[in-house]
Amino acid sequence: MSESNSTAGYLDMELLRFTTAGSVDDGKSTLIGRLLYDSKAIFQDQMEAVEKASKKIGGGEVNLALLTDGLRSEREQGITIDVAYRYFATPKRKFIIADTPGHIQYTRNMVTGASTANLAIILVDARHGLVEQTSRHSFIASLLGIKHVVYCINKMDLVDFSQEVFDKIKTQLDDFSSKLEISDVRYIPMSALLGDNVVDRSKNMDWYQGSTLLYTLETVHIASDANHVDCRFPVQTVIRPQTAEYHDYRGYAGRVAGGIFKKGDEIAVLPSGFTSKIAKIDTYDGEIEEAFPPMSCTILLEDDIDVSRGDMIVRVNNQPDVSQDHEMMICWMSQRPIQLNGKYTIKHTSRDARCIVKDIKYKVDINSLHRLEDDKEIKMNDIARISIRTTVPLFTDRYQRNRNTGSIILIDESTNETVGAGMIL
Amino acid sequence: MKYNLTHLKELESEAIFIIREVAAQFENPALLFSGGKDSIVCYHLAKKAFWPGKVPFPLVHVDTGHNFPETIEFRDELVKKDGAELIVGLVQDSIDQGKVSEEKGFNASRNGLQTVTLLETIENNKFDACMGGARRDEEKARAKERFFSHRDEFGQWDPKNQRPELWNIFNGMKNMGENFRIFPISNWTEMDVWQYILAENIDLPMLYFSHEREVFMRDGVIYSDGEFMNKRPEEKIEKRVVRFRTIGDMTCTGAVESPADDLTKIIEEVAATRTTERGTRSDDKRSEAAMEDRKKQGYF
Repeated sequence: MSESNSTAGYLDMELLRFTTAGSVDDGKSTLIGRLLYDSKAIFQDQMEAVEKASKKIGGGEVNLALLTDGLRSEREQGITIDVAYRYFATPKRKFIIADTPGHIQYTRNMVTGASTANLAIILVDARHGLVEQTSRHSFIASLLGIKHVVYCINKMDLVDFSQEVFDKIKTQLDDFSSKLEISDVRYIPMSALLGDNVVDRSKNMDWYQGSTLLYTLETVHIASDANHVDCRFPVQTVIRPQTAEYHDYRGYAGRVAGGIFKKGDEIAVLPSGFTSKIAKIDTYDGEIEEAFPPMSCTILLEDDIDVSRGDMIVRVNNQPDVSQDHEMMICWMSQRPIQLNGKYTIKHTSRDARCIVKDIKYKVDINSLHRLEDDKEIKMNDIARISIRTTVPLFTDRYQRNRNTGSIILIDESTNETVGAGMIL
Repeated sequence: MKYNLTHLKELESEAIFIIREVAAQFENPALLFSGGKDSIVCYHLAKKAFWPGKVPFPLVHVDTGHNFPETIEFRDELVKKDGAELIVGLVQDSIDQGKVSEEKGFNASRNGLQTVTLLETIENNKFDACMGGARRDEEKARAKERFFSHRDEFGQWDPKNQRPELWNIFNGMKNMGENFRIFPISNWTEMDVWQYILAENIDLPMLYFSHEREVFMRDGVIYSDGEFMNKRPEEKIEKRVVRFRTIGDMTCTGAVESPADDLTKIIEEVAATRTTERGTRSDDKRSEAAMEDRKKQGYF
């Protein structure tokens, strides 16, 4: 039995969510296949199914991409249409991979996969270096607030494991990524096909002294990525059992979106502004002293004040922006372009409202990062800066400061589709 | 004090968050309860989400009539103990009303028929959201499933036209007649579920634990004998020490030979095994896209 599954160790593991981005044919599926296979997350019957499917499609080699391409149309067309989630674990961590397709038209999938990720792996073909798609993937990782980016310079076997090639690409990427808001950038020379520097150290690249990819994934420090400073507790639902035993129980259930809440803290409830103190932080497993992201818990207050879903419990002396006007970057996800002065439903934490798009400032050319101020036709997969006004105030922080309180989605009121993903500036 | 959660606690917290969103966003949700370990874990999480209040939605069981008697016994005891509300949709009723017809032959199964009964139960009770214990690691079509999975008025899943799901913001908006399937433990693996059951000391049907049983072999799969099992003349009943990795219909759920009679031993076995738990399910083996096809029609 491997150590990762022994019960004591298992209960002590951390979770790392990462996304993988790469262009077509840069070996992403091979890399994921290798991580899954080497960590024994691929089972025999899955492997047999893939072997069977590979034969059907033709071609001699087992196509590991078929492990992630789950839908019939994907297998038929040989492309990945949607974000696929894959899971594996080592003795140190459990991993969730959001595997996103690399085609240009699938920016929305990459944004979706990146929205919950702690770390992004961006594959770069050593033969080609920094290409348009690399810039795009890096920009999206930065825009979505991913704090750790690992550039895997893949296919080193095809450039004779040359340090010179690696260094040149590294310098290119360094220059480029310094323009972005990513705090932790790493570079790993690799051959996913041969397994060099994926799980095991490369014997072909003695000049590389850094970590392998798996070691990086196991050890990158993520505990301080969450915001532990600004206390934010969006109320999801109110728990009032109204039974004999819990007659006066009135608890506000939700998930901590930022900061560390403690019993006795002086809090304010938005939008009413009423203040009180935390009487108790409750869970099914008993009372707890402190609550921090991303814990689900129930907060009880000392005073009987009116609190309901969509309200936010915050610290008196550290409050979010309370406003009806918001500036944001938006990723558009609908066939129908964004409508200037159009009205949409907006969702932010546990709060729903309506909003109007007041202004489209510019579109971003996601390959060059240029601002296109004259192009205001925002179509599917475009990223733009817009301003909106909401029917009721939202309680927001800048997205780069807090993902939970800085993100919104826009919903088309006629189709109920999610059409936009916004990051508040 | 370390301000980070262990991965199981984080998954638990995520699931509780989603279950609470369902209760808040929908008027008439339900929890699909099969008596299998995943739905038992979902129910446990629902209890946690609303404690000390009661779980504010009913359990719904689509009973094919070909369940293991042990499953039904477990279900009824659980409901009685917790005072939970249970709604049962009977596949037999759909058959009697002529809405579906039984498959014929030795491999006949009611597994496919339950989709009709499920959709009818949803319609009759006007459920606008049904939670289930499906996980993305189970099957490749499920790897692309959303937490909030939108279904049209025919209960169909359109995998190419799914709503993007970002951050922890879930869009449960819908038109009349449409509904959602919601999967709070999407991000859990089989191992996570077992470790959680052990850590939380959750009761399970005895079928999961090793026991002596009357079984027969068909196409390399060990099936339990039972009154609905049509056996070929050459299929001989024998006694073996087995357990079940998943619990579905008796007609499509195979057993594994195993001495694992407690959770720790099961976890060791799961860790060492090289086939997925759905490898014992003949319903998935009908074709490469069997799960995707069933999901499109309204299956979980």
